[in-house]
Amino acid sequence: MLIITCPWCGERPEIEFVYGGEAHIARPTDPSALSDQEWADFLYNRTNPKGTHAERWRHTHGCGRFFNAVRDTVSDFFVATYKPGEPRPDLSQDDAK
Amino acid sequence: MSGSFRTSSGGRIDRAAPLAFRFDGTTYRGYAGDTLASALLANGVHLLGRSFKYHRPRGLLSAGSDEPNALVEVKRDAARVTPNLRATQVELYEGLDAASQNRWPSLARDAGAMNDLFAPFLPAGFYYKTFMWPAGAWKRFYEPKIRAMAGLGKAPTLPDPDRYTQNYAHCDVLVIGAGPAGIASALAAAATGARVILVDEQAELGGSLLAAPDATIDTQPAIEWLADALAELAAAGVVLMPRTTAFGYFPHNMIALAERVTDHLAAPGPDMPRERLWQVRAGEVVLATGALERPLVFPENDRPGILLADSARIYLTRYGVKPGERAVIFTAGDSGYRTALDLAAGGVAIAAVADLRAAPEGEWPARALAAGIDVRPSTVITGTSGRLRVNGVHLAKVKNGKAGLNEPVACDTVLMSGGWTPSVHLFSQSRGKLTWDETLGAYLPGQSVERERSAGACRGRYGLAAALADGYHAGEQAAAEAMKHPASAALKGAKAPTRSTSRAFGVVATETGTDGFIGATPHGRNPAFAKAFVDWQNDVTAKDIALATREGFRSIEHVKRYTTTGMATDQGKTSNMNALGIVSEQLGQPVPKIGLTTFRPPFTPTTFGIFAGTARGDLFDPVRVTPIHGWAEARGAVFEPVSLWKRALYFPNRGEDMHAAVARECKAVRTGVGIFDASTLGKIEVVGPDAAEFMNRIYTNAWTKLAPGRLRYGVMLREDGFVMDDGVVGRLSSDRFHVTTTTGGAARVLAHMEDYLQTEWPDLDVWLTSTTEQWAVIAVQGPNARAVLEPLVEGIDLSKGAMPNMSVAEGRIAGVPTRLFRLSFAGELGFEVNVPAAHGRAVWEAIFKAGEPFGITPYGTETMHVLRAEKGYIIVGQETDGTAGPDDVNLGWAVGKNKKDFVGKRSLNRAAFFMPDRKQLVGLLTRNPKVVLEEGAQLVADPGAAVPVPMLGHVTSAYMSATLGRSIALAMVKGGRSRIGRTLHVPMPKGAIAVEVVDPVFYDAEGARLDV
Repeated sequence: MLIITCPWCGERPEIEFVYGGEAHIARPTDPSALSDQEWADFLYNRTNPKGTHAERWRHTHGCGRFFNAVRDTVSDFFVATYKPGEPRPDLSQDDAK
Repeated sequence: MSGSFRTSSGGRIDRAAPLAFRFDGTTYRGYAGDTLASALLANGVHLLGRSFKYHRPRGLLSAGSDEPNALVEVKRDAARVTPNLRATQVELYEGLDAASQNRWPSLARDAGAMNDLFAPFLPAGFYYKTFMWPAGAWKRFYEPKIRAMAGLGKAPTLPDPDRYTQNYAHCDVLVIGAGPAGIASALAAAATGARVILVDEQAELGGSLLAAPDATIDTQPAIEWLADALAELAAAGVVLMPRTTAFGYFPHNMIALAERVTDHLAAPGPDMPRERLWQVRAGEVVLATGALERPLVFPENDRPGILLADSARIYLTRYGVKPGERAVIFTAGDSGYRTALDLAAGGVAIAAVADLRAAPEGEWPARALAAGIDVRPSTVITGTSGRLRVNGVHLAKVKNGKAGLNEPVACDTVLMSGGWTPSVHLFSQSRGKLTWDETLGAYLPGQSVERERSAGACRGRYGLAAALADGYHAGEQAAAEAMKHPASAALKGAKAPTRSTSRAFGVVATETGTDGFIGATPHGRNPAFAKAFVDWQNDVTAKDIALATREGFRSIEHVKRYTTTGMATDQGKTSNMNALGIVSEQLGQPVPKIGLTTFRPPFTPTTFGIFAGTARGDLFDPVRVTPIHGWAEARGAVFEPVSLWKRALYFPNRGEDMHAAVARECKAVRTGVGIFDASTLGKIEVVGPDAAEFMNRIYTNAWTKLAPGRLRYGVMLREDGFVMDDGVVGRLSSDRFHVTTTTGGAARVLAHMEDYLQTEWPDLDVWLTSTTEQWAVIAVQGPNARAVLEPLVEGIDLSKGAMPNMSVAEGRIAGVPTRLFRLSFAGELGFEVNVPAAHGRAVWEAIFKAGEPFGITPYGTETMHVLRAEKGYIIVGQETDGTAGPDDVNLGWAVGKNKKDFVGKRSLNRAAFFMPDRKQLVGLLTRNPKVVLEEGAQLVADPGAAVPVPMLGHVTSAYMSATLGRSIALAMVKGGRSRIGRTLHVPMPKGAIAVEVVDPVFYDAEGARLDV
């Protein structure tokens, strides 16, 4: 079972958390200005990468707060977690563990 | 023959503690410290089971958890029957009752053995080739027959009366395996002050030290050194866990342990759990899991009396049991010689040692020759004889890879050694990469993924001295690494290992070399008829694997699945490497090119009980009950599960069935007054200066203008525009909303709200609080509802003018604070009384008493459903299925057209929502008013149309309406509103049912009954 570092609570076991989909997909401020295609992209299309992936997690059975994480979809391990609103960390120098 | 193979002294058994036990109904004697396997061997019993596919007689192959043959059933009573236990791991206790498996009518005369004669017709993949015809016969005929024939043990049919517990543990260093490497690791780690757990699957800690009579460590006999070391570990606070199998290695050093607590006891205490599951989170792990001896693959290598060489040595030295009187040993390395010398010293005649090697060198062969043992280089066994026990072998010299002339040699025991395979199961489970070591001919742990390291034989460091030194080094390293973890509190004050604390062990032991063999040995016989077993448990022979490669299978993963080699409950512990070797030879490619199959948990079979733990019976799933549940139970309500809740379905009077009860309850609400427990409704308090703006964005409705004291029916969409949830919302003040959700949707809705509030609109000043369990909700519905409640309320005017439909007032009822909603899901004059949950039952009883003069009738969820369906009110999740937009279910009126944005608004403009064939909510009336449709039934225009008949929609709700005196139904139908007035058909097994499509509001369409 993975250990996930909640940016507010620290290290906690995986069962306290719920996955929340890809991160950094902001809801458009004026959805009515979007074409059907643009809106469909926002609704449905995700990057689904092999490798590092920025995603939302919620510490549901803890502080209840959402946060963002970079996880390696190959190894399943988390590389970094950070608070919402913060930019995706630049991990190009680090090896994913 | 009791005890006739027991030596006069020696071993770890307690000769002062004789025990009686039964096997297949016969009583035998053994000693405390025996396993069932050693005790049976001591009694000369070698025939312990029948093989899986061919029903061939089988005996013990090994002395440990790698045993593939000797699977037995152990029975304590009718419910406590455990099948498929390895006799090598079953500890003897007084009165143990064990039985063999997979034989009928008896082990010695087994009807299924005819399969062995048909073996030429049962090749690899025979399931796929043979049972293809006739179509359908597989399920009806072949599969039940094959399962009956090829079973392992039988599962007990009674509920398991034992208890199993689940525990968590944390440590700095977890050492898995308590052989010399593991003991040394634990000594090193404990010396630093680290918290250490040492586990081993066996009853006694020590591993190979328990069978090393000729070795000394630090001038002590190995067995005495072991006792001192264990005492030292215990004194240092190391948690020692025998009978504990580390069966799974999960991410971030989570190790699952199965601790067998009472299986070895004659009379387990009633307070003890049978097993404990331990989930250990270890800072660092030392894997000291040792190595497994490999069998040799030669024809008829599976007869009872043919064992692994070192296992036979263990039976003699640890249990004081001779495996037989006259042994032939077939070996590819030194291990066979060590066995030969120990057995010879123990009084077993050694007929010959056949060595695969052309020129055996070194101390062990020299000692064997000096002891006068007949050593034969370049010699193989080409076949064996004996029905229920081996009685002879054929030996032949090998020249240029071919076996020569056969020489018969009589014996009652054959002991084989193909060398050693490091036990890399847990390392591989941890997702570490294995690397092929050409010198050792073995896969060894390579790059680690987790914080772990392997030590001793499991990484190819064979021999006592090497294992102790490697283990100690690994323990020091693990403790040093553990100290770097910031989280480890136990390590405060712990000292890093230093040269002065480090230890070296003075070992005197003759080490065995590293020679071995992988694959099948040459035999010169017709390969079509020579059964040389690779996988004993799944009856896979060298011929089967060769056939798979000839049929084109190249990947070892495919060969494994096609032949089933390595797929039995032993996970191929003794077979995987030889299978690889045969594929390698067949394909002419080196072993590392063939690859390796994946190791998966569990390491050995694990009970279901340990996973279920206490989650069984009433504790299987949490049950939620309302404060009024006890009243409903006492009243004889019939309950239904709704998500985790138990809800009263109906309240039958004496002799009533559900139909009669629901008809009576409906009539009471329509003509008098009913009382209903609505406490399970989800409730969320939305509070804050921006509460109204938040509600505007989350719900389709407009909230800004909703006055405090008013209610509104709210609809919530997902961002894709489909209906997610609904519920009535009360505005208590400008900054406070009392939101209700569906019973099953409460958690989902709160998570949805939190998601938007936290991540999209963190600027909004709003708090969300789940209040589902804080409020009891008592619905009082019907024309007399006001009259019942009026005398009970204080500070609330219930009159029509002061409190019209869809309003809320705060005050007191029956002396308790209340939020009193006026609304009706039944379409009548109605109220929902919210009171603090602790007062729910008292207020319910007060209302019920006040209602008795009016004939107040408790009703359940079925009546609630009928009443709302008569009014055409939807239930989210019943009428909707995640593909319905608000307009599809006639809720277009609830969508705030002038709102710039809300969750799901943009999606409602997608073209699909304007298609004329969207499914829309309609009512259905059957032509025959007595016929109630089946929910889920399909609707078609013409039941006689050519197949496939176009489906127009489906019935979502269907009831008998007592109020209307006929059946009614709701349905989602393509272009439904344009079909109103037309006839459709519901095809059913007994013929199509004609229905008229009507407006979904069946009762009081103008809403007059609400407006009183």
